[in-house]
Amino acid sequence: MTTATVGSFAPRAYTRAHAIASENILVSAHIYTATAALVLGALFGLLQGLSRANVFAMPAWFDYYRVLTAHGVLMALVFTTFFITGLMTFSTYRAIPRVRSVTLGWWGYLVMLAGTIVTALTILSGNATVLYTFYAPLKAHPAFYIGATVLVAGTWLVAADILLNVAWFQKTNKGKRIPLPAFVSATTFIMWIIATIGVTLEMGLLIPWSLGWTPGIDVELTRTLFWYFGHPLVYFWIMGAYLIWYNVVPTTYGGKVFSDALTRLAFIMLLVLSTPVGLHHQFLDPGISAGWKWFHTILTYGVVIPSFMTAFALFASFEIAARRAGKRGLVATVRWLPWRDPVFTGSALGMILFIFGGFGGIVNSSYSMDVLVHNTMWIVGHFHITVGGPVALSFIGAAYRLVPAITGRKLFTPKLALAQTYTYFVGMLIMSMSMHVAGLLGSPRRTSDVTYFGAAGAASWHVEMVGAAIGGTILFVSILMFAVVAVGTRFRDERADERDEFVFAGTEAEAMQSPPALDKLGRWALLALALAVVAYAGPVHELLSTPHQLVPGMRTW
Amino acid sequence: MHLHRLERVWLTFGAAILVLFLATITTAAVVEGFVPPSHVQSIDPAKVRVTPPFDKPGLHRLASGSYEAYYVAAIFSFSPHELVVPLGSHVTFYVTSTDVVHGFSVPETGINTMVTPGWVTTVSYTFRKRGRFLLVCNEYCGIGHQTMADAIDVR
Ligand code: HEM
Ligand SMILES: [Cu+2]
Ligand SMILES: [Cu+2]
Repeated sequence: MTTATVGSFAPRAYTRAHAIASENILVSAHIYTATAALVLGALFGLLQGLSRANVFAMPAWFDYYRVLTAHGVLMALVFTTFFITGLMTFSTYRAIPRVRSVTLGWWGYLVMLAGTIVTALTILSGNATVLYTFYAPLKAHPAFYIGATVLVAGTWLVAADILLNVAWFQKTNKGKRIPLPAFVSATTFIMWIIATIGVTLEMGLLIPWSLGWTPGIDVELTRTLFWYFGHPLVYFWIMGAYLIWYNVVPTTYGGKVFSDALTRLAFIMLLVLSTPVGLHHQFLDPGISAGWKWFHTILTYGVVIPSFMTAFALFASFEIAARRAGKRGLVATVRWLPWRDPVFTGSALGMILFIFGGFGGIVNSSYSMDVLVHNTMWIVGHFHITVGGPVALSFIGAAYRLVPAITGRKLFTPKLALAQTYTYFVGMLIMSMSMHVAGLLGSPRRTSDVTYFGAAGAASWHVEMVGAAIGGTILFVSILMFAVVAVGTRFRDERADERDEFVFAGTEAEAMQSPPALDKLGRWALLALALAVVAYAGPVHELLSTPHQLVPGMRTW
Repeated sequence: MHLHRLERVWLTFGAAILVLFLATITTAAVVEGFVPPSHVQSIDPAKVRVTPPFDKPGLHRLASGSYEAYYVAAIFSFSPHELVVPLGSHVTFYVTSTDVVHGFSVPETGINTMVTPGWVTTVSYTFRKRGRFLLVCNEYCGIGHQTMADAIDVR
């Protein structure tokens, strides 16, 4: 690894080519770590699916809830985060070509990795069976909370690296617009910093408590801080997928970004609307008045606007490119799209799943429906068809372009890659549809066995659990196929050529001029932070001023 | 900023949907009283078993003819067991936990809420169907979570 910068003493000139080589190693570390988490998480997911379908029961020495904690953490926190840190580090580096040092980037990665290993070992040893939401007063071993905090601290270093590169660009290119992929990465990580303040404060309460330094924990306060972070976490994933949809997917059909300005605006809206909405996850929680829950719900709906903007921009990009190729009309356009390119199909099939997810999202966020599906398998179906489907599949699709670019080798078995995206789509559809139905029938989530000793009220759930297990098995095989392609590419001896170069989509010429105010990231960050403070100061004050007890907490597993 | 004509149409459509949603939920809130619960009653979780009414879990008939049910959730069971409810009665449940967070869900009825130690959750329901209903904890509470269930018998 070469880390010298321009001007430092170096025996040979350190050029952009050297910088690219060291950037690639760093990005590879992120992407392969994400891949490892995905494969292990998928194995655990499969075990859960089979257990709930009563194919077998997990043994006491490796119980269901330990596996479920590992699955949730590996998928929701490790796989997604490492993929996004890798993707956005890559996007920033390539969009801002520079003879740079990757030292800060490596520190970020290593700190993230250290935190992940500590957390994962604590879970697998059975000392932190608290699920990925770690709701107090379930009390995990301190190493779990400390490891997770270290993981977050690592992401801040990655964020600093990205933001410092963007700041360097703005300083040295006065008057020029921040290149779009770097802009998107910067807004995403500003959002991430604001969001992770919540979980860091929560850890500030949980760590001393788990160490026995404080006698009790404020359960509602920790939940509120968790969801302050938990909702923007979802936007973090979506922003990762949007980067791919806006900036990478158009290159698969010779298209362009529909509008530079609207893309920037969509990301700024996601940044601003990400945090002041977390209470809509706490509809049923005590201690917070209906008024504040209301306020958060109303703001939650605001996300409709950037979502519609994105949907429009994507379809417009498809259509303009198709017209350029002489295709007109919906059917001709759809047929013309590159359905045999896994980079395209990963995202496109993901988008189709996302449409289903959108309907479900409307149900979840309306209070009267939420009561019906709260904590049922519906919720599990919903986030598999949003995060597990669109986000994960878009990441996998993008990896088929990214991995050749960072390893300098040709993609291994492109046909397997293509088949992988379709099997994933089918498996996810079957699994999540079964989960949705099971949820409507009342089947609870996070439960190893839902037969309840043969109770009649639980009888209708079994067939859906079998459906979910079948879908889950297809998904598991599909994820193994991805791993074969990703790892196979690394060990190929065929070098990549120009066709494997990673390029970001350009923008349609007519849409190039966007208002410079959009690039004033500092101001947008302050606005987002201010909104978060306004939305949370009231409810937290309300909660703290309602007299209530601290709870000692315990280990119930 | 330049906006494509179709894009303007589409965004107007999006904004219209947004307004429609907000109008619906606000109307529902005002007209039908669909407001998120915010039960602010607190209790010392260590003293639940000696704090009325939770010292006597079970069904209690009020002078008005409706009922109140007091439930204690603790790993990994509910008390009372096998609650018997007269058909057609309106029951308000008061539920609290002595230890960790639990769920309180009767799938076929729409009763579905969470139980947080230190707080009392309330939920009401009118039982209009005869039968044995499954009551489950639907919030992970520990290694025996899948066994935390009971029955409500409507006669
Ligand atoms: C082989 C693929 C997968 C299978 C078979 C699978 C299966 C499952 C099952 C059966 C559950 C529910 C367990 C329960 O509530 O009792 C679950 C939960 C979950 N899954 Fe997956 N899943 C897969 C992939 C994914 C992916 C790709 C993601 C996200 C990127 C994901 C994220 C989650 C999360 C966050 C939970 C919730 C954990 C909790 O409730 O604590 N899963 N999964
Ligand atoms: Cu329970
Ligand atoms: Cu439970």
